[in-house]
Formats: sequence, structure tokens, C-alpha cells
Amino acid sequence: MADIKSKMEMLGAGCAAGAVNGVFGGGGGMIVVPLLTAVGKKPPLVAHATAILVILPVSLASAIVYLINGWFDTELFIAVCLGVIAGGFGGAKMLGMISPSAATIAFAAVMFAAGIRMII
Amino acid sequence: MQFLVYFLAGLAGGFLGGMGMGGGTVLIPILTVFCGVSQHLAQSVNLLTFLPMAVISLRVHVKNGLLDTKGVIWMAVPATVLSVVGGIFVQQLTGGMLRVGFGVFLCLLSIYQFYTGIHGLIAGKGKKESSAQEADW
Repeated sequence: MADIKSKMEMLGAGCAAGAVNGVFGGGGGMIVVPLLTAVGKKPPLVAHATAILVILPVSLASAIVYLINGWFDTELFIAVCLGVIAGGFGGAKMLGMISPSAATIAFAAVMFAAGIRMII
Repeated sequence: MQFLVYFLAGLAGGFLGGMGMGGGTVLIPILTVFCGVSQHLAQSVNLLTFLPMAVISLRVHVKNGLLDTKGVIWMAVPATVLSVVGGIFVQQLTGGMLRVGFGVFLCLLSIYQFYTGIHGLIAGKGKKESSAQEADW
């Protein structure tokens, strides 16, 4: 019984994360991580790693929909892709050097400001 | 010149993503607010650039034994289906509408981030912040 319940919860969680990722072109992972810890009972580090696996096919599928609709720019893609990979390595190395909670709060403040800027 | 600006935007987004703080949710506003990229195109680029980064980091996570696939198929399959539905739906929206929606989404996410950040600070007072990764990516 408990097994079916948790599968149903995972199913619902997947629907929410997928819809968000398709509509907003990202951010699904931020929903998957807390759900994997809460519903899937996975430890935080494992939840982070596993969330990437969940979002990989999701992003691939929605990327194809965007591509079919003509949303592609070669220069933009190459430049951003190189930047993301280089930045990703740098960021991963920095991870242990700063307080994650403090960084999260600082990051949330920037994100909130960016959100307001996009609304108005 | 344009290439360099886009590269720097990717660098900033990737850097924060690598530290475990929302890769795409950072990259998309940087591209639209500072680089004048349209909302749909920014979202498309984010989805595409996530793919190579995900493959690279998954290889590392597999090596470190951090992957636990038990039960995730129940989440991944409906998520993939709904993401296609969401992607098709969003094509009907204008860039302006989508941008406002994204702004609301960012504000909601940041409130959640504040909550986990403060929660982490309080929890970290007693012990070392070994639950570092509790913050989001």
C-alpha cells in the first residue's frame, strides 16, 4: 500500500516538474531535488545527483519542441554552451570554499530582484 | 563582440549552476535582462546547454556512487510527457507574457531559497555545514 502511495506521489511530482521545465525552459531540477528527498527518501547529495538524471530526458524532450518551433541561434548556442561548461567547472570547484547557506540567501536576493524586473 | 557577451552570460550562469544554485533559472534572466535575448530563445538555449553539462556531471556522480535510480522512472516518464505538453503550450504565448510568468516563477523560487538558506544557517550553527548540498542547484 505504502509503495503504491509513494509511486503515486512520485508520479504527481514528475508531472509538476515536467510542466515547469517545459513551460519555463528550466527550473524543473529545483522542484525535483526537494521531492526526491521528501517523497523518494533520498539523502540530499544523492537527490541532487539523481535530479540531473530525471531532468536529462525531460530537457531533451522539451528542447526538441522548442527547436521544431524555430527557437535556435547558432552563435548564441555555441557561446553560451562554452561559457556554461567553463563556469560549471569553476563553480563546482568553489563549492566547498563558501558557506552554502549564505550563498543561497545572497543568490535568492538576486533572483528575487531579477524576477521583479521581469514582471514590471 | 556579441559572442563574448553571450559567453560571459553562460560563464556566470554555469558558475552559479556548478555551485549548486539553479543553473537555468540564473542563465535565462541574464540572457533576457542583460543581453536582450527573447524569452523563448533564452529558454531554448538553456534547455540545450543543460544537456552536455548534465552528461558530464552525471559521469562524475556515477563514479562517486551518488546516483540512486530506484523509483525515479515513476517521476521521469510523466515529467518527460508533461514537459512536451508544456513546451507546446508555451509556443502559443507571446514573449512578454512568458517573461512575466517567468518573473513570477523566479520570485516564488527565491522565497523558497530564502527559506532553505535561513534554515541551513540555523541548522549549521550547532554543527558544521556538512549538509552543504541541501541548498538547491
